[in-house]
Amino acid sequence: MKKFLALTMTLLLVLTFCVGCGGGDSGSGGGDTIKIGVFEPASGDNGAGGKQETLGIQYANKMQPTVDIGGTEYNVELVIVDNESDNSKAVTAAQNLVSQNVSIVLGSYGSGVSIAAADVFADANVPAIGVTCTNPQVTADCEQYFRICFLDPFQGTVLANYAYENGMRKAYCLSKLGDDYSVGLVNYFVEAFKALGGEVVEEQFPDKNSDFTSYVANAKKAGCDVFFSPVSTEAAALIIDQAEAQALGMPLLAGDTWDSNVITGAAKGKNVDIVVTTFYQEGGNPDFDEGIKAWFEEDSSAMTNNGGNTDLAAVTAMGYDAYFVALEAMKAAGSTDPAEILAALPSLQVSGLVCGDVSFNETGDANKTEAFVKKCNTETGEWEFLTKQSAQ
Amino acid sequence: MGFLHTWLPYILAGIAVGGQYALIAIGYTMVYGILRLINFAHGDVFMWSGLIMVYMITVLPLWLSVILVILFAIVLGTTIEKVAYRPLRSAPRMSIMISAIGVSYLLQNFALYITGGLTKTYPAINWLQKTVTIGSATTKMVTLITPILTIVLVVMLVMLIKHTKIGMAMRAVSRDFETSSLMGIDINRVITVTFVIGCALAAIGSILYFSNYTGINPMSGAMPGLKAFVAAVFGGIGSVPGAVVGAFVIGICENLIKGAGWTTFSDAFTFVLLIIILMVKPTGLFGEKNIDKV
Repeated sequence: MKKFLALTMTLLLVLTFCVGCGGGDSGSGGGDTIKIGVFEPASGDNGAGGKQETLGIQYANKMQPTVDIGGTEYNVELVIVDNESDNSKAVTAAQNLVSQNVSIVLGSYGSGVSIAAADVFADANVPAIGVTCTNPQVTADCEQYFRICFLDPFQGTVLANYAYENGMRKAYCLSKLGDDYSVGLVNYFVEAFKALGGEVVEEQFPDKNSDFTSYVANAKKAGCDVFFSPVSTEAAALIIDQAEAQALGMPLLAGDTWDSNVITGAAKGKNVDIVVTTFYQEGGNPDFDEGIKAWFEEDSSAMTNNGGNTDLAAVTAMGYDAYFVALEAMKAAGSTDPAEILAALPSLQVSGLVCGDVSFNETGDANKTEAFVKKCNTETGEWEFLTKQSAQ
Repeated sequence: MGFLHTWLPYILAGIAVGGQYALIAIGYTMVYGILRLINFAHGDVFMWSGLIMVYMITVLPLWLSVILVILFAIVLGTTIEKVAYRPLRSAPRMSIMISAIGVSYLLQNFALYITGGLTKTYPAINWLQKTVTIGSATTKMVTLITPILTIVLVVMLVMLIKHTKIGMAMRAVSRDFETSSLMGIDINRVITVTFVIGCALAAIGSILYFSNYTGINPMSGAMPGLKAFVAAVFGGIGSVPGAVVGAFVIGICENLIKGAGWTTFSDAFTFVLLIIILMVKPTGLFGEKNIDKV
């Protein structure tokens, strides 16, 4: 009896697996389809942000589901994989995309996973467009990687300028051990802030840490003027909570990751002061804002992936732009072959985008000169536009 | 005075997190005492209690949610014991350990499936999260409640073990499994009660812990679980007061190390402590020497 039960369960598992595989295959049939790989985290530390970025790509795909390449109309199919915000799993996810013969890849949110996956795209010679991965290493050693956002040296300088111009002289900098994004951004911030004449205290917290009590206490003890911690939104929510509990008494400053409704949700009703730099400010393109919000309203799963409300994240707007940059690249190449799309990318110039025009420099990075500075209104739980800040 | 002024915030935080580790560590240590099993799924029961609270509070009043969360943890823990451990009771100890690891992964991945991998925010329990100022430290009410509640619960637990019939049965079973069953003690009942106590305390611990650190994701149980396990080993696995002392030591040291500016090494400290204890005094602070009977 026991053996029979074990056998049945094993068979059941095997069958489910087979059905799962079968389902995956059925989508790829059909003639004129071009595949765009979406390489984003849907779980792990950066799951919330990754989902929002994917939403932007999905919305763009909904608005423009076909592309005209060399006189032929192609249907665009999104192949979405989850890199789990994990550098080792990112490689597997990237290989998965390559083996499904995608023509171009978009993503990821989070620089570490993009750096980890760069080799896979390079080996397969598939072009990739980074959406909001801001670490310089992403494109530095990889000819296949391009990106449409600004870089951390730029963002770090912008943040340092902002802090210094607003009278902050001593900064507490917190990053996560082994996290390319936060460690990198903190380094650039420290460099720029010291050059301006500021003083810094640097600390790091280990992976899976959720106890930020001591870090907040350290910042207070050191008598800092600003708490700079460009970490993942998951950790950010905990830091905000502790900042309130211990009456931090200094502004929290962060980069583009914090531009998320996770942060505004965590800060709502609390006595905290949060300032971030980001790519897009809601209201920059009212048509886009309204359209995507209407889509959130009618599609409940999109709403859930956006964190349960219709607040618009800058990464969503960036995801939207990335999709159109990819389409333009395909048109310019006049081919679905990844190698030809790759050849067309360096000279590409795209205008009419939500977050500003895109053109690439020699390393494949977008030419951007300004970042938006926003402040969280803790009464309404919304972002307020403060200023545009440049690196000079 | 100057010393206290500087270090008070860290000590308070350490005592609070120590108390929370203690509540989890008791579950580890009791189950080990009786079954000689390290219940790796315990940290995930802790995480699930937190997760259930998040969902429960949206429809139910607070007091009912708290009771139901504790009940849920008890049901989950005893079910795990019935389904995954009991059939393996006569199997080699390694099999049951592997089964525990399997259950742990199952619980984590099921949580991943339910939550979609996103961090959930723990509901605000107003009086627990109220800000209070003591001397130089500003902190949450829960920081003060935790150690008091932990001590009260532990005293009650020790009384239960020392002075009740079921407590006596538990002590007997932990001393000698087979003989006590020969003496007519209902082993299954004793084990169930052990899991009930362990899981109820983990659920209370989860309410305190997540009120302080308000994010829950499927991996949230892993780190507190590991540290509580280290605390249990440090105090001498099998000993309830040992686990509590161990948990407070780890909690306080961790925070003092962070306060001294060695933030990068705070986790490393915990695990180095585990290694040192295992090398120098494998039975822990209060552990009993294992006498192999022939």
